[in-house]
Amino acid sequence: MQAVLDIISWLLLTAGGAFVLVGGIGALRMPNLYTRMHAASVTDTVGAILVLGGIMLQAGLTLATIKLAAILLFLLITSPTASYALANAAMIAGVKPEAGRAPDTEHDS
Amino acid sequence: MTVLFSVFLLTLLVITAIAAVQSRNLFVSVMLLGIFSLLIAANFLLLDAADVALTEAAVGAGISTVLFLGALALTFEREHRPTPHRWLSLAVVFAATLVVLYATFDKPKFGDPGAPVQVHVAPWYIEKTPEVIDVPNIVTAVLASFRGYDTLGEVFVVFTAGIGVLFLLSASHGHAAQRRPDNGDESKIGLRNDLIPRVVGRLLVPFILLFGLYVQFHGDYGPGGGFQAGALIAAAVILFALVEGEERTLEAIPRGALLALMVSGAMLYGLVGVAGIFLGGEFLNYSVLADDPIAGQHLGIILIEAGVGLTVTGVLLSIFHAFAARDRF
Repeated sequence: MQAVLDIISWLLLTAGGAFVLVGGIGALRMPNLYTRMHAASVTDTVGAILVLGGIMLQAGLTLATIKLAAILLFLLITSPTASYALANAAMIAGVKPEAGRAPDTEHDS
Repeated sequence: MTVLFSVFLLTLLVITAIAAVQSRNLFVSVMLLGIFSLLIAANFLLLDAADVALTEAAVGAGISTVLFLGALALTFEREHRPTPHRWLSLAVVFAATLVVLYATFDKPKFGDPGAPVQVHVAPWYIEKTPEVIDVPNIVTAVLASFRGYDTLGEVFVVFTAGIGVLFLLSASHGHAAQRRPDNGDESKIGLRNDLIPRVVGRLLVPFILLFGLYVQFHGDYGPGGGFQAGALIAAAVILFALVEGEERTLEAIPRGALLALMVSGAMLYGLVGVAGIFLGGEFLNYSVLADDPIAGQHLGIILIEAGVGLTVTGVLLSIFHAFAARDRF
């Protein structure tokens, strides 16, 4: 039983790590702000669910799991809101969503 | 494994620091400093210093980012051209780095059980805390009781800093000129027209306040205490100010109340100390506050932690409002 839980937990953690990595690569490689945000927001939704789920299985039925569930709940509320607020702010600031490679002036680094 | 992860985090820390210094856009620098704080907080947690990690995450990554942004809104987002003494600065930094590197050779190895920090007073604290103070979190026992003088000093440093910032920010203009013209511009109404952040922000405020109170009163048993709780509660109110606008926040908690919080927290701490003298003990000796010395210690710790929390909340919110109320320097 413990071995099965361990295997599922490691699968979840690995998958979560993979999604975080994909999100990171996407945030670097995508052509413009909105597609980059789209890639990055994978990190704190699917990535967070999988990683926290994996840790919950490691913790078992303890107080730590309840705390992790609370963290997950708050993350799932706040992260999409942050993404929305960012996109909205970009929209108000006049960054137009368009297909293809955008001019370099859009991202200010 | 822990060492490997520490080294990884510290490497990221150095990269973030260099990026923050290199960036000409100060907005980017502020964001990088937030990441810097989060990384160092993770590192503190790896070293089992949960109390410090909580403070760093709440103050460094949370409140100070907001205050930096407030300062940027008043000044400029772009850094000015550097001063011409670049080679001199480089030489000074290089020399200082060499001195610091040289000093590290004398430091004990990481985790060395014979290091002075492990054999000096730390074993005494670990041995005496259960019998003299009897709280599970030794950090709180050291901070609030054994080293109560130091913490009193810290509270007064926070208090003085708050007074100093208030003086600086309200110096050049009169009180009336300081306020923005009330023409309903967007900065004033906050995000009131923006449904999703507003709903989520309002939903989160009570939970953050609740967590702040938990951190405040659970500090004897787990990581936390007045400094962390003060920062969390201030963060909740700042979130409210961001979504509902500054006006409504000041209606709920006026400036006078914030000043009262600042003063009453520091006074409460000092008075607990003086009460110790009047009840026949020394300044900040809590054992005489109740019939049972251990109960007295518990009472004293809760009272002075409350004092710390009040002052930190009051100072952080006063500084936030001082920044928010200014139009321009």
